Amino acid sequence: MNFRVIFSTIGRVILIEAVLLLLPLIAAVCYRESCAFSFLITIGIALAFGGLLTLVFKPKNYLIFSKEGFVTVTLTWVFVSLIGCLPFILSGEIPHFIDAFFETVSGFTTTGATILTGDKIEALSHGVLLWRSFTHWIGGMGVLVFVMAVTSKNPDRSIHILRAEMPGPSVDKIVPRAKDTAKILYLIYIGITVILMVFLLFGGMNFFESLVYSFGTAGTGGFATKGDSIAGYNAYIQWTLAVGMFVFGINFNLYYLILVGKIRSVFKSTELKVYFLIVFLAVAGITINTFSSVSLLSDTIRAAAFQVTSIMSTTGFTTVNILDMPMLSKAILFMLMFIGGCAGSTAGGFKLSRVIILAKSVKSELKRSLHPRTANKVKFDGKSVEDATVKSVMNYLFIYILSLAIIFVLLSFEQTSFETNVSAVVSTFNNVGPAFGSAASDYVCYGYFSKFILSMSMLFGRLEIYPVILTLAPSTWLKK
Amino acid sequence: MKVIIVGLGKIGTTILASLVKEKHDVLAIDNDPEVIYSITNNYDVMAICGNGTSYEQLLDGGADKCDLFIAVTNSDELNMLACFAAKRMGAKNTVARIRGSEYNDESLAFMKNNLDISLVINPEKLTAETLYNLLKIPSAINVERFTSRSFEMLELMVKEKSVIDGKSLIDLRKKISEKFLVCIVERGEEVFIPYGQSVLSAGDKIYVIVTQSGAHNLLKSLGLLQKECKDVIIVGASKTAHYLSDMLVKGRSSVKVIDKAADKCDAFIDGTDNKVTVVHGDAMSQELLIEEGIEQTDALVALTGQDEENILMSIYSVSKKVPKVIAKVNRNELTDIAENLGLDCIISPKNIVSDIIVRYARALSDTIGSKVKTLYSLADGAVEALEFDVTADFDYTGVMLKYLELKKDVLIAGIIRAGKAILPGGDDCIQAGDGVIVIAKGEKIYSLSDIIK
Repeated sequence: MNFRVIFSTIGRVILIEAVLLLLPLIAAVCYRESCAFSFLITIGIALAFGGLLTLVFKPKNYLIFSKEGFVTVTLTWVFVSLIGCLPFILSGEIPHFIDAFFETVSGFTTTGATILTGDKIEALSHGVLLWRSFTHWIGGMGVLVFVMAVTSKNPDRSIHILRAEMPGPSVDKIVPRAKDTAKILYLIYIGITVILMVFLLFGGMNFFESLVYSFGTAGTGGFATKGDSIAGYNAYIQWTLAVGMFVFGINFNLYYLILVGKIRSVFKSTELKVYFLIVFLAVAGITINTFSSVSLLSDTIRAAAFQVTSIMSTTGFTTVNILDMPMLSKAILFMLMFIGGCAGSTAGGFKLSRVIILAKSVKSELKRSLHPRTANKVKFDGKSVEDATVKSVMNYLFIYILSLAIIFVLLSFEQTSFETNVSAVVSTFNNVGPAFGSAASDYVCYGYFSKFILSMSMLFGRLEIYPVILTLAPSTWLKK
Repeated sequence: MKVIIVGLGKIGTTILASLVKEKHDVLAIDNDPEVIYSITNNYDVMAICGNGTSYEQLLDGGADKCDLFIAVTNSDELNMLACFAAKRMGAKNTVARIRGSEYNDESLAFMKNNLDISLVINPEKLTAETLYNLLKIPSAINVERFTSRSFEMLELMVKEKSVIDGKSLIDLRKKISEKFLVCIVERGEEVFIPYGQSVLSAGDKIYVIVTQSGAHNLLKSLGLLQKECKDVIIVGASKTAHYLSDMLVKGRSSVKVIDKAADKCDAFIDGTDNKVTVVHGDAMSQELLIEEGIEQTDALVALTGQDEENILMSIYSVSKKVPKVIAKVNRNELTDIAENLGLDCIISPKNIVSDIIVRYARALSDTIGSKVKTLYSLADGAVEALEFDVTADFDYTGVMLKYLELKKDVLIAGIIRAGKAILPGGDDCIQAGDGVIVIAKGEKIYSLSDIIK
C-alpha cells in the first residue's frame, strides 16, 4: 500500500477545500455575517492539516494500483466531510457534531437530505446556506476529479482514482490523458452551471439564490433556501430547474461528443433514449394520476415534470408535498429513486446503464431458456458487453440490495414507521434526499445513531459501495 | 502531439510507455480486450479494443487528425495496411514495423514509397546492427553511433587495477594522446556528468565519446583493446540471428548458429548461404557448448526467445572465460537481475526500437534552429545523448562555447563539421550546418536552444 501517495493526495484535496471555502467566506463578508469567522477558522485548520499531510507524506514513487484508488477516494471523502462540517459547528448554526456531519455528507454526496426543519433553514445565514449548496456542486463531479484537473502531479495510474470516484459501471476517458479528461468534464460542468444561473437570474431570482439553486441543481443535490423548497417560486423558475435537473442527469461524455461535433453518436446512445422514455412515461403517468377537474392541466404537468426530473436525477427539490400525492404517483417516484440518472452524470442511484445491462441480460437468458442452442451476447450501444462487465453489474445489484437491507435493519431502533424507514434508506442510499412518511421534508425524526447510519448510507451510495467496503476490509490493510 | 499506436505487444507497449513519458497524447488500439484492460490500468492513455485497419475504428480514434501513427502488430501486412489507411485519412506521419525477409530492400522501398510510410522499422535488423557493432569493438559494453558516423560513444566498464581505475579525468587526458570525452559516469544507482577532477573507480560504467578513427587508439592506450570477434557462436536461429550472421559473414568472421528446433535450423539454412555452420542441439547443455568449441570462441550471443535461458547460458559462458558474451533480455526486471549476476552486456530489442521512435517523435515536434537526428537513452533512461542538425536560424551560431551559459547537467560532447569530428573545447563555436552531439541528464531536450539557460 502506497500510503505516501494516498495521504499526500488527501492533503492536496484538503488544501483545495480550503481554497473552495473562500466562496462562502466572501458571501459571509458581503452580508456582514458573524459566520465569516467560522469560515476563516476552518480555512486555517484546513490549510494547516492539508499542508502537514503533504509535507509529512512526500511520495517516493507514484506507483498505485486499484487498491490505493479505492482507499484514497473513501478516506478523502471522509476527511473532506469532517473539515466541511466545521463551519456549521463553529458558527453555532448546527451545533451538534453528528447533525453537522450528516448535513455535510448529505451535501457532498449530493443527497440533499437535511436535519433542519423549514423554519430553521430560513434562519440560516447566507454564508452557511451557500456553503451547504456549494458542497453539492463540489461533490457532484467529485473532489478528486477536480484535484486531478487542477494539479500537475498525478500518479501515472490515476485512472484508478478516477474510476473509484466516478459513478457508473465502466468509466471511460474521453481523451487520452486522465488530467485532460478531468479538465474537460469540469469545464462542461462549469459551463452548464453558468448557463443555468443566467436562466435563473432571468426569471427574477436574486444573485445569491441563483447561485444556491444552480449549485444544487448541477450537483443534483437538493438543498434549498426555503422551507417549502421550490414551491414558492414562479412557473418559469420551476420549469427552468426541471430542465436543469434533467440535463444534469445525462452522461457528460455526451456533451463532449456534441462539443466535438459527433452529434450522431449522441443520438445512438441507448441510455439517453431510455432516459427520455422513462421520464416521459413517468410524467405522463403522474399527470393522469393527479389530474382533477379543479386544477389547471398546465399546473399538473409542471408539477409532475418537476417531481419526476427531481427524483430521477436524484436531486430532491420539491414543488408539491409528495405525501399528498395519490398512491400510484408515490409508487412511480419511489421506483425512480432506485433507477437514478445516467452513468457519468452527477446523479446518484443504481444508474440507468446498469438497469439496461441487467434487463438485456435477463432477456438473453430468457431467450436461452426458449432456444437452448442460441448463442447471444448482451449488446449496449451496438457493442457487445464483456461478460465480466455483466457479471460485475449483477454482483453490484446483489451488494446494493444487501447494503440497503443492512442499513434498513440498523435503522429499526427508531420509533418511526416502516414506510419512513424504507424510504429513508432508499432515498439516502440513492442520494435523492426527500423520503416518505415522517422524513418527507427533513430527517429531524431520527436520533443521532440513525443519523450516523444514514450518513454512511449516503457515502456508500455516492461512492458505489465497493470503495468503502474495500477500505473497511482488514485484508486491504494487512500485509498478507 | 497526438499519437496512435496499433498493436500492443512487447514492442508496442514499450513504445507506448516511452511516448507517455514524453507527454504525448497516446491512443492505443489492439484487438485483445485483456491487453486493453491492462494498458488502461497501467498507463495514462486511452485504449480501444478493435481492428487497427478498420476505417470506422480509425476514424473513431481520430486517425485523421493524428500527428504520428505507429503500426506494430505481429503482421507486416496489417501494419502496412493500417499505415496506408491512416495516411489516406490524414495522419501526418506513419511508422510501420515490417520485418519479413520477403520484404527485402527493393520490395520494401517500393512498398514504403507507394504506401507513403514515413518510417519503416525492423526490430530484428536494428538489433542485429547493434550486436554487430558490439562484436566489432568487444571491449565496450555498448557502442552507439551517430548518424554522421564520425563519432562513437563507447560504454566501458572500469575494471579493477586497469589504467583508468583511480585516475581523475585530467590525469587521463595528460596521459593519453588521443582526444576523448568522458560524458557520463554511472556508479551504482547514481548517474552524473563528470568534470575534470572527477575520479573514476572500479565498477563504474562510463560513456566515452571519441572520433571513429580514434576509437582503436583510445582503447589501446586504455589497455582495453580486445581483438575483434572473428569466431562467433549464436544461440537461437531467429531472424535477428539471420541478419547478424549475414553481416558477420560479410565481415569475414566465422559463425556458428545453434538451435534446438530442427525446423528452425532448416529454415535458417534455407535463408542463408553455406558459410554459416548450423548446429541442431540444445545450447542449455554444457556438453554441447563445449563440443561446439565454447572454450575457443571469441564471442557468444544468446538470442533465444527465453530471457531466462539466455541469462543462464551467458553466465555459463562467462565462467568458461568467453571473451565477449551478449545476452538478449526483453523483460526489464530481468535485466537488473542479470546485471547483478555479472553479465555486463545485455541488449533489449524493444528498447532499441522505442529509442528510435522517441527520437523520431521528437524530431517531428516543431523546433526552431535545430532538428533531432539521433537519440539514445542511456543509463536506464537517466541520461540522453542527442545529435542535432543546426540550421541557420539557431540563435547562438558563432558564439564560443565558453560564453554559452548551458543548463546544469548538459554537455556539448561533439561537433561534426563537413564530415570532420571535433571534440569541442571552450574556444570552439557552433555554426550553421554543423551536427552537434549533446548529453543531457534528467532533462528532456527537444531542440538545441533547450540546452541554453
